[in-house]
Amino acid sequence: MSQYYLSHLKELEAEAIYVIREVVAQFEKPALLFSGGKDSIVLAYLSRKAFYPARIPFPLVHIDTGHNFPETMEYRDWLVNELGVQLVVGSVQESIDTGRAKEETGYNASRNALQTVTLLDTIEKHKFDAAMGGARRDEEKARAKERFFSHRDEFGQWDPKNQRPELWNIFNGKKHMGEHFRVFPISNWTEMDVWQYIYTENIPIPKLYFSHEREVIERDGALLSTSPWLKLKPNEVPVKKVVRFRTCGDMPITGAVESTADTLEKIIEEVAASRKTERGTRADDKRTETAMEDRKKQGYF
Amino acid sequence: MNQLLRFTTAGSVDDGKSTLIGRLLYDSKSIFEDQLEAVEASSAKKGFDYVDLSLLTDGLKSEREQGITIDVAYRYFATPKRKFIIADTPGHIQYTRNMVTGASTANLALILIDARKGLIEQTYRHSFIASLLKIPHVIVCVNKMDLVNYDEQVFDKIVEDYKGFSSKLEVSDIQFVPISALLGDNVVNRSEKMNWYQGATLLHMLESVHIESDYNHIDSRFPVQYVVRPQTREHQDFRGYAGRVAGGIFRAGDDVLVLPSGFTTKIKSIQLGEEVIKEAFAPMSVVMTLDDEIDISRGDVICKPNNQPLVEQDIDMMLCWMNQRPVSFNSKFYVRHTTRETRGILKEIQYKLDINSLQRIEGVDQLTMNDIARVKIRTAQPLPFDSYRKNRITGSVILVDEGTNETVAAGMIV
Repeated sequence: MSQYYLSHLKELEAEAIYVIREVVAQFEKPALLFSGGKDSIVLAYLSRKAFYPARIPFPLVHIDTGHNFPETMEYRDWLVNELGVQLVVGSVQESIDTGRAKEETGYNASRNALQTVTLLDTIEKHKFDAAMGGARRDEEKARAKERFFSHRDEFGQWDPKNQRPELWNIFNGKKHMGEHFRVFPISNWTEMDVWQYIYTENIPIPKLYFSHEREVIERDGALLSTSPWLKLKPNEVPVKKVVRFRTCGDMPITGAVESTADTLEKIIEEVAASRKTERGTRADDKRTETAMEDRKKQGYF
Repeated sequence: MNQLLRFTTAGSVDDGKSTLIGRLLYDSKSIFEDQLEAVEASSAKKGFDYVDLSLLTDGLKSEREQGITIDVAYRYFATPKRKFIIADTPGHIQYTRNMVTGASTANLALILIDARKGLIEQTYRHSFIASLLKIPHVIVCVNKMDLVNYDEQVFDKIVEDYKGFSSKLEVSDIQFVPISALLGDNVVNRSEKMNWYQGATLLHMLESVHIESDYNHIDSRFPVQYVVRPQTREHQDFRGYAGRVAGGIFRAGDDVLVLPSGFTTKIKSIQLGEEVIKEAFAPMSVVMTLDDEIDISRGDVICKPNNQPLVEQDIDMMLCWMNQRPVSFNSKFYVRHTTRETRGILKEIQYKLDINSLQRIEGVDQLTMNDIARVKIRTAQPLPFDSYRKNRITGSVILVDEGTNETVAAGMIV
């Protein structure tokens, strides 16, 4: 006799696909925010499944800080070609050049916060009314309060205390002119679920996630890759280490972990045994206790 | 195969709910070092003597300032047997709205009772909402057993009181467990201080409760979400109906009926991505193709000719009003039901429920925030629906305000 229930991964997949299809059905011009990280890669593959054999009916939007790992860019261009999907790039450099954003200075300078300006400008320019992202509720405490369908006012802001209740799987994407939605189809996934899904579905991911040798410096407990954008302090001497990345953010702020995990199986083992969250390697979240909430209210991912 | 169990908790500040969640997360190794460090630092900054685990769940700035939970927070943990999603809802403000939201997707409700206090108003309220939202399973945790000397009689009395009260509710599966969330008795590990208790630990209950029948696998319902038309050379004539199965089982070759048109045809294929699906059942997302080309669009329902939902315009439901602005007769809304949207008008408020005493209050002419009432709604077009009791997906609606676009109410069709 058949068993009429799904594994937790299949149930999460079914939920995410349902959400992605709701976005296409309810909005006129949706887009998928693609960072090159594993979460947005999974989202792109789920989107492919949702509409197969048709092509993905919305573009991937990459907010390009100009501070990317070369591996991320290489992967992005490969994937766009593989999926036959349109790519829209919003450039942070352009926002800086036109005076819309101001470059940070100092040793921990980052273009992370600047992305918000470029992101909102890109959404406005292309008139996107729904922007899907790979954010998960388990990542960060402010994200634990996010809806699947998250309403943004005409300034792109999030009002966490005044969110629409979200019941069953009935999603309310109604909005006024100029407002938009952020949608998070993999809200209920954990880091482990994402890795297991990549493994069971055999999804190719950037080389950065696997163990490799790299020149790094140690700063505030994090291993940062050397790059043209990382300003070294006088006492900092780059050393070669065998590392991998748990997240793929901007090059100057994404910390590596020492690891010999060079296969998906070994990565999953490592994640299972890990006692630190993946965002524990992100300098951008450590600025203040509510760093993520503050950025999200302004329109961050 | 690892399954997913979604459960909801509700409670006030001092009944030990946060401690219990903290204990489940901590003992299942779902709290990470850096999260714990952050919580320890915040606790120290506030001058607390102990690590306040509620800081793990209270994520927003204003929540941390006020020491309260404002909104539903979702938490995740996993054991080798199951993955769990906790919808953690506050017990103090806007409790009904948040509890209803958390309960709407839950398989199981955790109800916490303080062993020293026994059943209180909040116990009745939370249990009633669990029953109203048809959460299939309930676990009643009698907490703080350490403070009543692990006394068996205290536990027995509470179980007896609860059974007496819950006989009025529609919850079929209720289990009881005596625990101390603070000390960990019977949460993950068996208590050595309550040898009189022969039942399972809380975690064991969560891992073993039978959830395979929580979805309806009898009455076949497939609300069409989106029509897939590739319009590529390779798939020129492909026309697929994308959706998530809401009930029953669909197989290729099955005779099906499409509502509201009433056309009949057969299922040609069921697929997801490149994979061919032999049997589609809830909650699977799939694409179906049919033998005949008939006009089908979003909001239509594919079912079986011998088992159809009701298709009507006057619908009785239990309504939970969730907006600051009150509502009265003849107010108009958008009604959202599965993948369909139509307009609706509030025709009648039959009675309002006092959710503490379960008494019906008749002669009410308006509903305010957190009210639960039996109402009649007339829709602009007929809706294909089932009773909520029969199917939580095809039996639920939300009401959306036509001016503000806010979700203002949740309805369970009677």
